[in-house]
Formats: sequence, structure tokens, C-alpha cells
Amino acid sequence: MTTNSVNYIEPTTEELSEGVRLRRRKRAINFAIDVFLIVVSILMLLPLVFLVANAFKTPAEMLSWPPTIIPRDPTLANFSAVLGETPLLRWIGNSIAFAVMSTIAIVATSAIAGYIFGKFRFRTMNILFALFLATAIVPFEVYMIPLYFQAKSLGILNSVWGLLLGYLVMSFGIFLIRQNVIHSIPDELLEAARIDGAGEFWIFLHIVLPLLRGALGALAVLAFFQAWTAFAWPMIVATTRTSYTIEVGLALFQTGFTVDLGRLSAASATVLIPSILLFVILRRNFVQGVASTGLKE
Amino acid sequence: MLKRKRWIFAILAILPTLAIFAYVRLYPIADTLRLSLFKWDILSKNKPFVGLANFRELMGDHLFLDALVNTTIIAFGVLILTIPMALIIAALIFHRTRSRMAGFYETAIFIPHVVSLVPAAMAWKWIFDARLGPLNALLTFFGIPAQSWLFDPVLSVICIIVLCSWQALGYAVLIYIVGFKNLPVSLYEAAKLDGASGPQSFWYLSIPMLKPITLYVSVVTLVSGFNVYAQAFVLASDAQGAPGRQVRVLVLDMLENSFRNYRVGYAASEAVVLLVIVLALTLIQFSMLRERGKA
Repeated sequence: MTTNSVNYIEPTTEELSEGVRLRRRKRAINFAIDVFLIVVSILMLLPLVFLVANAFKTPAEMLSWPPTIIPRDPTLANFSAVLGETPLLRWIGNSIAFAVMSTIAIVATSAIAGYIFGKFRFRTMNILFALFLATAIVPFEVYMIPLYFQAKSLGILNSVWGLLLGYLVMSFGIFLIRQNVIHSIPDELLEAARIDGAGEFWIFLHIVLPLLRGALGALAVLAFFQAWTAFAWPMIVATTRTSYTIEVGLALFQTGFTVDLGRLSAASATVLIPSILLFVILRRNFVQGVASTGLKE
Repeated sequence: MLKRKRWIFAILAILPTLAIFAYVRLYPIADTLRLSLFKWDILSKNKPFVGLANFRELMGDHLFLDALVNTTIIAFGVLILTIPMALIIAALIFHRTRSRMAGFYETAIFIPHVVSLVPAAMAWKWIFDARLGPLNALLTFFGIPAQSWLFDPVLSVICIIVLCSWQALGYAVLIYIVGFKNLPVSLYEAAKLDGASGPQSFWYLSIPMLKPITLYVSVVTLVSGFNVYAQAFVLASDAQGAPGRQVRVLVLDMLENSFRNYRVGYAASEAVVLLVIVLALTLIQFSMLRERGKA
């Protein structure tokens, strides 16, 4: 190659060593960035790692310094003590029932409303959509007290239904599905189906829903975690020991007088481990959903 | 004719959702506004209209003002801690986006945002614990006297800020990474040709270009900061079962007025104050975005 190319200028040794030096510098910088990010990541996870570790520790080991990450003689005593003292499994069951039902309700209402707002843009519909969007700004905490009295008059306090009342619709979900409908469902497709004589409901069920699978999946994960981590609403609606969600149960359990950190950690770990696993499995869906919250400006 | 049929379908399909929405959203929001103008106590039969008397009383209510100050400090504390850190971490993760570790960084930093509030707060309660906690052990190791983190009114506010920032960071980083991915690559290449270093193009290109994202994340962080409740409940409750005595926050004060003192109208007026704060923050965001659009 060098023999017959006239314009090719042989790099001098200085230039070559300069290139090597730059490349080495770049690699060193990247290495430093990686080290920094690994340290940050570990620091972020450390509290949770310790929590899980503490759950398996004996009271004596809890006091030792420096704290161990892998317990020296792991014990399940904390877990059996917690399960004996509290209806922990019942609380987890309540939370799961609440989160699943809320997810179904939010996915169903968002799918229908998102489709209608995306494809049936009559003036009435646009006004309604603006109304949905405008109330999205109002935090739940602002209107939960009147909502509590509505639940009370329906006679559904201390039940999953009462919990569900606060988490039936999600303005952001409707917005998310509407965006997806507008961008990924062509009008021509719907028109073609109509010309073939398909009914509107059939179109929604057999054409629109399958095309929205990805967005609905992301929304489902968001909705599930939203209900799973809800605190203020379950706190006022579920006030009997058997109706607590796991969050409320744990929060009240930790105010008890005789409770030690080992048992608290065991109870917390029982909740944390499955939800972290679930998150890691559904990470892509979740990240997609959350990331799209940032794009709504 | 066809259009009419479609219109009927649309109305029928939207009706159930609309009904639910009206019942669980619109009505309670309107009710909050209405109740705030009434002396609406659960125990008394008369629930007279009192105009703005509730709000006037709020202005002289020590517990409320205490809660308002604490909540504001927490919200802005979280903001000041979270935004710069998130921006830098997101920039670095974006820089290393092609490395195999990028997924790990994102997941590790995001996990605190998704785990349930109460168990996560429990982990921090142990860290801050005066007797057993590793934080004090670490401090004494460096010869700094141990602090009773969760019992001192000032320190416990700091603890809540740290906990909330730890949770808010992952969300902010995620949104910033999306922002970085949407920035035009050509601009950075041009800057590089002009001899700009990495930190320089971060400072002079990324930060100004990401301003809308910064505004959005700031408002989201502030709003969730003003709604802080679970974190204060878990961290600042003592063993005797008197939760939230140490650090009063707005939501706690509101719930106490409503369910312990049975003063629902008064609590509703607190909710209206919270709403006004949130609306003001959102309006500031929009007007700043619009200004940018004009310029």
C-alpha cells in the first residue's frame, strides 16, 4: 500500500508515539470513569445489601464492627420470629391482590381511553383529554381525604376494594397509550378494517390491542410497582391488622416497642428480595415506561 | 352517518373510564376545594361555611408552619443534592454507554427508586441508628463524636433528605440518560474538532442543551419532595409508637388534623396549600420553557 500511493505521508515516529499516548490517556480516563461508576453503584446498593445480610444475623453479630456482608453463622431465627409475630404473608397477599387488581384496572382504562383519545379526535374528546391531563398535576395526597370518605360511604374501608378505589385510573397511563396509538397505529389500517365490515369493538380487540402490547406491558409494570409501593392511601384506608398492605404493616410493626433490628430486617428482606427480582426481570419494560414519563413536555 | 356511528362508539367506550375518573378524581378534587371553605368537623353536626377562616388559622398554626418549613427544606435539599449528582452520573454512564457495565450501572442506581419505601427506609434506619448503626461507628473510627442522628431535629431532617435523595437519584439519572441520547452528535463532533475537552463540552454544550430536562426533573423532584410522608414516618418515629413526632411534614400534619383531631375542613385547607405549591412549581416550569422557546 505504501509503495504506490503518492499522497500517502508516512507518519513520523513522534506522531505515532503521540497517537499511542492519546489512546493510552483515553483508556486511562475510561478506566477511571468505570472505577467511579462502580463505586457509586456499590454505594447505592450497599444499604439494601446490608439489610438483607442483617436479616440472617444473630443479635450479637448485628453489633459487630465492621459490619459483615456475609453473616458468619447465618440464622433463620429472625424470619421465623417475624412470621410468628405478624401476619406477614397475609400482608404480602393483600399487597399482591391490590397491585394486581390495580394493574388490571389501569391497563384496561388506559387502553380504551388512550385509543379513543388518539383516534377519535372529536372536539368533545379533546376537551375530555385536556381534563384528564390537567388533573395529572394534582398530587394524590391533595384529594385523598375526600376520597377516604367516599370509600367509607361505600363501606369498603379495610378491604382490597377500598385500596383499589384510589388506584383505578392513571392519567399518565392514558397519555402514554395515546402517544403510542398516534405514533404506531396508522389510520389506513383502521379504515381498511372498517371497509371490510369490521365493527369498532372488533377492531379495538383484534387490531389495536395486539399492536399496543409493548406499551401496555411497560404501563403494567409501572402500575404494579406504583400500587406495590403505595403508602399514604393504604395507611388511612387499611386500619385493621388483617387488611394492612405490606408497606403499612411494616411501617407500623417497626414502631412497636419490643422490635429489634434483626427481625425488622428479616421482614423487610422478605419484601425486598422478590420485588428486586421482579424488577431485574422486567427492567426493560420498566425503564421504557419511566423514560417515557420524561418525554411528556 | 358513518361519522355519527363512530362518535357513538367513542362515547360509549369512554363512558366507563370517564365515570370512574369523575368519581375517584374530579369529585374528590372539587370536594377538597369545597371543604377547605367549611368548618367541617366529624364530631359536630353543624358544618358552617367559614370562607377563608381555615387559611387564616393556618397562618398562625405553629404545627402547620413547622411542617411547611420542614417539608420545604426537605424538598429543596433533595433537589440540590440530586440534580448535580444525577447530571454527572448520567453523563459518565452515557460516555461509557458502549461498555458492558452500562446496564449494571443503570440498574444499580435505579433499584433504590423502585424498591418499596418502607423496607428501604428500614435499611437507612439501621445505618443512622445511634447505637448500632455503621455511620456512627465509622465516625468514631475517624475520631468524630457519634451523633444521635434520628433524635436531633436538625440531623433527622438531614437523614430524611439523604434517604429521599438516594431514592430520587435513579429516576433523575434515567431521565438525563434519555436526554443525552437525544442530543445531536454532530454538535459534539464539531466541538471536538474545535479542540473542546470532554469536561468543556459537558459544561458548555450538555448543560445548556439539557435545560428543559433539568427543569422537568427539578419540578418532579420538588413535587415528590413536598409529598414526603413515608420516609419521615419510618425514620423519625421513635420506639414508643409516637410516629412522626420528630419531623413534621405537610402530609403528616394534614392526616393528623383529619383523622386524629377530626378537623376535615381544616385538613382540606392544608391540602389546598399543597396544591397551590405544586401548581406554582408547574407554572414556573412551563413559563421558563416558553421563555426558552421564544429566545
